[in-house]
Amino acid sequence: MTTITLTVNNSPTALTVPPMKRLLDVLREDLHLTGTKEGCGEGECGACAILFNGELANSCLIPALQADNATITTIEGLAINSAHLHPVQQCFLEQGGAQCGICTPGMILATHHLLAHHPNPTEAEIREGLAGNLCRCTGYMRIFESVKQAITLTPNP
Amino acid sequence: MSHDTPIIGTSPLRKEGRAKILGTAQYIDDQTLPDMWHGATVRSTIARGRIRSITFAPHIDWSQYAIVRAHDIPGENTIVHLTKDHPCLAAHDINHVAEPILLLAHPDKTALLAAKTAITITYDELPGIFTIEASEAAAEAFNRDPNDTTNIIWPGSTHGGTANCFKQYQMYSGEAAATEDALAAAFESADHIIYGEYTTGAQEQLYIEPNGVIADCDLDPATGHVRGVTVRGSMQCPFYLVHALTLVFNLPEERCRVIQVETGGAFGGKEDFPSVIGSHAALLSMKSGHPVKLVYDRGEDMAATTKRHPSRTRIRTAVTSDGRLLAGEIDIAIDGGAYATLSPVVLSRATIHSPGPYKWPALRVRSKAMATNIPPHGAFRGFGAPQTLFALERHMDKIARTLNLSPEHIRRQNFLATGDHTATGQPLLEPVDMQHLLTRALADSDYHAKRAAFTESNKTSQIKRGLGFATFMHGAGFTGSGERRLNSLVHLDILADGRPQLLVSSTEFGQGTNTILSQVAAQTLSLPYDDILIHEVDTAVVPNSGPTVASRTAMIVGKLVERAAEEILSTLRNQAALPTPHTRADFITAAQTYLTYHPQLRASVRYEPATKIHWDDDLYRGDAYPGYAWAVYVAEVAVDYDTYQTTVTRFDALQEVGRILHPILAKGQIEGGVAQGIGYALYEKCVYKDGHLMNNQMTNYIMPTSADLPVIHVAFEEVPSIHGPGGAKGIGELPMDGPAPAILNAIEDATGIAFNSIPLLPEDIFERLTNFTIHPHGGSEDLDPTIDPATRVETPEVNA
Repeated sequence: MTTITLTVNNSPTALTVPPMKRLLDVLREDLHLTGTKEGCGEGECGACAILFNGELANSCLIPALQADNATITTIEGLAINSAHLHPVQQCFLEQGGAQCGICTPGMILATHHLLAHHPNPTEAEIREGLAGNLCRCTGYMRIFESVKQAITLTPNP
Repeated sequence: MSHDTPIIGTSPLRKEGRAKILGTAQYIDDQTLPDMWHGATVRSTIARGRIRSITFAPHIDWSQYAIVRAHDIPGENTIVHLTKDHPCLAAHDINHVAEPILLLAHPDKTALLAAKTAITITYDELPGIFTIEASEAAAEAFNRDPNDTTNIIWPGSTHGGTANCFKQYQMYSGEAAATEDALAAAFESADHIIYGEYTTGAQEQLYIEPNGVIADCDLDPATGHVRGVTVRGSMQCPFYLVHALTLVFNLPEERCRVIQVETGGAFGGKEDFPSVIGSHAALLSMKSGHPVKLVYDRGEDMAATTKRHPSRTRIRTAVTSDGRLLAGEIDIAIDGGAYATLSPVVLSRATIHSPGPYKWPALRVRSKAMATNIPPHGAFRGFGAPQTLFALERHMDKIARTLNLSPEHIRRQNFLATGDHTATGQPLLEPVDMQHLLTRALADSDYHAKRAAFTESNKTSQIKRGLGFATFMHGAGFTGSGERRLNSLVHLDILADGRPQLLVSSTEFGQGTNTILSQVAAQTLSLPYDDILIHEVDTAVVPNSGPTVASRTAMIVGKLVERAAEEILSTLRNQAALPTPHTRADFITAAQTYLTYHPQLRASVRYEPATKIHWDDDLYRGDAYPGYAWAVYVAEVAVDYDTYQTTVTRFDALQEVGRILHPILAKGQIEGGVAQGIGYALYEKCVYKDGHLMNNQMTNYIMPTSADLPVIHVAFEEVPSIHGPGGAKGIGELPMDGPAPAILNAIEDATGIAFNSIPLLPEDIFERLTNFTIHPHGGSEDLDPTIDPATRVETPEVNA
């Protein structure tokens, strides 16, 4: 067992966990943040995507010990509260970007990350930015519409 | 009825959307019950044989585990679908790789992997049957010599089939003997006889959330016997699982309770399979005395659960020189895998869709579902239709090319129209205008101008571009007399505060069931959409509105909701002075007045066919479906002659699906289906070796990403239908049917080569292209015969 300290959704936390436990499981089991999903367990689908020190990362590929001192944002950390959604969440809701919803947390974090780096992404940049997140329901078109709407709502630095 | 604000035809927010985008929606793996244990499944590593021994390594303290074997099953050892051939757990015989043999549960999930690997199973192995052809050959050997049962892997007769064959159909366009005569005459005198063979591969549903359930048994403390079972999980059809549990536990229906929780995609993959995993988890709960969670990881889900049936379709047509179909013989074979599961009904839909949207003066369709030692194939969006429509739409292009006519001309010569009869003899009473759909789709996609431009650019470019299309239909609702048998029931309650609550077993797994049914209720009751509540799908509470499959929810269940809402209004108008028109306040007042004098306000409505629907299961003729969706899909492709990669560069999907209930959801359904269809055509290949799926991972089973897909242009012609609420028809499966043939037609347009198998991967194109270069008269079609009408001699076609 190893003790790690990390900041999740702005809350500092200390945990004693097996060093090789997947960060995905630490989030879901130890911190009860079940909005982060497991789709494949091998870093292909992006359902477990989180922001790890500001970068988009698949939490199924990160051992707990590597998360020591990390700053993490999960889907639960994005909205102010259930009435005040993050603009990206609002756009996914309005544009039909979520169907079954299982890829949605990862897809929303990927969009958030994309827009943080490319406030005005081209169509190609949107496609590339989301290519690590698989969606089986939408064919991605409603997701692209969600991202395009979010561009107009996200303050341009 | 007056409606101040239209709700049908607008796009209100998805009912459960907020929970999904917040990440608070509770899928099965997000849930935990007190004192819950975790389950695992020990599976066969061979495809066919008998279990010789099972040994448990001594280094594990097995008393800490619950262990279930076949002999522990209190009821019947079967997973019932249409018959009882499918064991819940293999007792002696093994019929496919990854067949469940025993089940384990333990309080600590991490203790299960070591335990699984500490169990050694030995087998007396038998040679497996892995292809339709091998299964057919074994059946033929058996038919010649009934003692030759060496390769009979499925007994047949006791389960409604024959040796190695789950089901056969023979469908004629008219009375059988007269049609045989007409076929013989047409093939004798036709200008051209054109033959083709078309094959499709297995396809994984690849819902992003794997199958999973939590089961909790109620045990009699004195005897330890199971008094009741509750299973909650990710699924489409809770009452299917109820039925399965009644047999496995020998319990009455009311003691088997199933609750559907938020479901992360299904596409048919959670239609029949939850009966397996649900029964397994319940057995572990019985044995352990604890709630048990059983959730597969991706590798297990892909290796062990159902896929789309592989198929082989042979089509022989007699046509005139100007492209009219005179007669057709279609022979279909699908690979059902090791047990019957849903193969007979998949085959039925495959059979009925195989004639496409065309007039056939004489047609015979023969079809069969063969057994192999592959994990059972099952439901997947389209349910047999994508396989046979792929074959037919490739064949229509073959006819065009053979006759030197355009693909457009061939279809226009043969389209069904309003008032015509389908191949099953069903009159098309509602308006059908395929001619217009084709005109519009070709215009929307700029087909003619682009095709001309590509013909020029292809002369010099290494990137060969082309366009192709498919024209097709999809029947909504259960086949034939199915809806009558389902006898679906919905309840609509008005609660004490005047809010309506829908009770249905129709499940939400992304398609929008909750949303569209609420829209229909709101529109009919003239109430705001947000007022409508929809009850959790809990079989202890909701009535059986049928399974959530077969593009039936919007049309069939939606219509029941509409009728239930009309009944509520009628009750309130007659008995509680609800005015016409009414406001929301009027409605609440009237409902509360009614509830002062009555214990409840509920409308219960059962299915009644909107028109006289007649289907003859023996003759296989009549009204096959209550309503059809009609479509024309156009694909534009680029084939790179350096990398052999095909890219779909644009896709146009035009369809007539009745009135659109929710434009955003409807577009999402079509786009998602088209994406799965593009995957089916160009990316997704199940690689089997000795019955093992070799690529049971997302790493090597490739589905399209956001970077792979073209812009998908979706358009609707809205022609209201009498069958669905507000004029809607079924939509869910339709978009799976068209993409694969449209894409392969486009590839033929680009390359001049007819590929007739999917998936079509770059390596397949490489092989064919290099072959094509080596043999200038080659191409794919040179082994397919056409018959010279002058000489009546079959000759290889060389004009590919």
